[in-house]
Amino acid sequence: MAEVAAPLVHKDYHASKMGMWLFLFTEILLFGGLFLLYASYRAKFPQAFHEGGKTLDVFIGGLNTVVLITSSLTVALSITALRRGALVFCQCLLAFTVACAGTFMVNKFIEWSAKFHHGLIPGSEHMAQLPQGQSVFYGLYFAMTGLHGIHVIIGASVILWVMLLIKQGKVTGEDYVVLENAGLYWHIVDLVWIYLFPLFYLIS
Amino acid sequence: MDHTHDPQATAFYKPDETGGKSGLASWIFSTDHKRIGLLYLSLILLMFCAATVLGLIIKLKLMTPGSTLLSPQQYNAMFTLHGVIMIFLVVIPSVPASFGNIFLPLHIGANDVSFPRLNNFSWWLYVIGALLALTSIFTGDGAPDTGWTFYVPFSERTTTNVSVAVIAVFILGFSSILTGLNFITTIHRLRAPGMTWKKLPLFAWSLYATGWIQVLATPILGITALLIFAERVLKLGLFNPAQGGDPLLYQHLFWIYSHPAVYIMILPAMGVISEIIPVFSRKPIFGYNMIAFSSLAIAFAGSLVWAHHMFTSGMSDTAVLVFSFLTFVVAIPSAIKVFNWLSTLYKGSISLDPPLLFALGFILMFSIGGLTGLVLGSAGTDIHVHDTYFVVAHFHYVIFGGTGLGMFAAMHYWAPKVFGRMYDHAKAAWSFWLIILGMNVLYFPMFIMGLQGMPRRYYDYLPQYAPLQMVSTWGSWFLAAGLILMFWNLYQGCRYGPPATKNPWGGATLEWTLPSPLQHEAFHHDPVAPEPYDYKGVNPDG
Repeated sequence: MAEVAAPLVHKDYHASKMGMWLFLFTEILLFGGLFLLYASYRAKFPQAFHEGGKTLDVFIGGLNTVVLITSSLTVALSITALRRGALVFCQCLLAFTVACAGTFMVNKFIEWSAKFHHGLIPGSEHMAQLPQGQSVFYGLYFAMTGLHGIHVIIGASVILWVMLLIKQGKVTGEDYVVLENAGLYWHIVDLVWIYLFPLFYLIS
Repeated sequence: MDHTHDPQATAFYKPDETGGKSGLASWIFSTDHKRIGLLYLSLILLMFCAATVLGLIIKLKLMTPGSTLLSPQQYNAMFTLHGVIMIFLVVIPSVPASFGNIFLPLHIGANDVSFPRLNNFSWWLYVIGALLALTSIFTGDGAPDTGWTFYVPFSERTTTNVSVAVIAVFILGFSSILTGLNFITTIHRLRAPGMTWKKLPLFAWSLYATGWIQVLATPILGITALLIFAERVLKLGLFNPAQGGDPLLYQHLFWIYSHPAVYIMILPAMGVISEIIPVFSRKPIFGYNMIAFSSLAIAFAGSLVWAHHMFTSGMSDTAVLVFSFLTFVVAIPSAIKVFNWLSTLYKGSISLDPPLLFALGFILMFSIGGLTGLVLGSAGTDIHVHDTYFVVAHFHYVIFGGTGLGMFAAMHYWAPKVFGRMYDHAKAAWSFWLIILGMNVLYFPMFIMGLQGMPRRYYDYLPQYAPLQMVSTWGSWFLAAGLILMFWNLYQGCRYGPPATKNPWGGATLEWTLPSPLQHEAFHHDPVAPEPYDYKGVNPDG
């Protein structure tokens, strides 16, 4: 993303945006493979997915949804703030976004720890002995939320890096495409979660 | 161009006097599309030689039945590595990453791609992927032995070094995505004034279609490779039947990428052929619109045919029928291209120079490979020849006879432009005939053996296959001799050959208006977009 945002030869705003959108397509398709597995297994084991969904904590999942949607709002606001020259406000909004990412990951940690505590550890004896379909449900749960978690960390790191660039004056109100692309990336991270939440937590 | 000035002295591969990095750093950290293209080309050819040697060893082992030369485990590792290196390190990047990088910007009248630093980054990803792939051979408990398809459940259970290999595949996929993304954006944003879509050279059109497949299909390979890794390391059990997983879904995911991937391999080579045929026929390309359109049609239809690799896997008959039908559909745009090339040659003023020889070889081999593909795409006959030598022969006709010869055609077509020197035409022709002879003697017997039931990937075989196996191995030696002659001739030519003129073949695309060899900066001001296939007033100047 960093490379997309800063062509050396000349600044081409539209090219940067186009490159980022193409990259976002690839992200959607990366998760698309997992969504395909989800669809197949859900059709094959509806009962097991129902049982599995009941064991997930809707409160923490819902809280995380609110946290991520809020962070998408703040990152969107930060672009307007930057364009209007409100640098400090922009940095505050971005810091808030990163804080939301941190909150999300802490909640995720609590959730996964609870699952591990109940013996739901991938590769464990307990997982292998679950009824057919249930271990697939948890396998998908760990794979999809895990891959999403990695994306949250990457997205937050990118935003921190953009904050540094703003501080150094390399990203400004006139040349803000790097921030805009980082924001786009953050939205896709948010969007994937918007699908993961109902598919895992609310299907029971 | 300044006629008193020697363009060799200021070639893009000579140190840049105007400052910047120097030495090795000026190459490996270069953002110049020409240098990155050459970096890719040299590594791709190196990998090609390595995997060719593996292929020759495999053929040598198969020359006689029984346990000779290699142990069964070594044999399994050999064909796996031959496949992995050839597919992911050679054929996928072959034409687009090397000649695409060098000539796509020049074809559209630009001085570089849209994201030069990203271009350099994608080369580094390629290097890292290649190093990891090599690591997987020499570390852990032995080289991967799954075949290049990494099918579950075996790839989850084998103790060989599959985990490292699939991470290498993931990284190489990332590299391919970034190249595709860069090319799409470049074609949209950096065309010179007046370079409308209908004036775009067909090579650029083919790279455009390829770019979309790279961007839209490769992420599926990424997630598939990651899942194999997760299955092995984290034991998720997503494909484990004991826990309710379905190995067939792995095959679907794998081929959702890997079938479109064969169009990533073949489309750029088709683009090269579309450039070469009209130049050496001195005639405008026949059916420009249809060739451009058929690239997009192949990219689109080719994404919907993946399950024809799985006709014997126990899929539903409805699925088999649909995928079989779609497979026949994708043959149409490929045939459109072949007929357009032939119509371009018809009544042309043909000069049988080396690039055209290789291009004609492409048409011959691709036609045989393509038509035998229909035998495989038809569900009834596929049941008979599935997983036999017939498939191996079909694939090598299309990919080696197609993409490989397309790559060699590109090397002979553009070498004088890149290096500013001309190779020996007679030796090039000799190498071509040796290669064509070798390929056919090597692969055609495999069609026959496949029809007789010889399964692919087997270590040993029944005595009735011995004569054809022997002939096939002889073919591999002719092929090797041809390749050695070709590479040696090109090396000699590019190093010591007589200086090449600006436009030795009489091409009308923009790169032929530039000095040979290419200079650091191609266009000092926006060029006028030419009619790319109008040869009135354009003549070879050699």
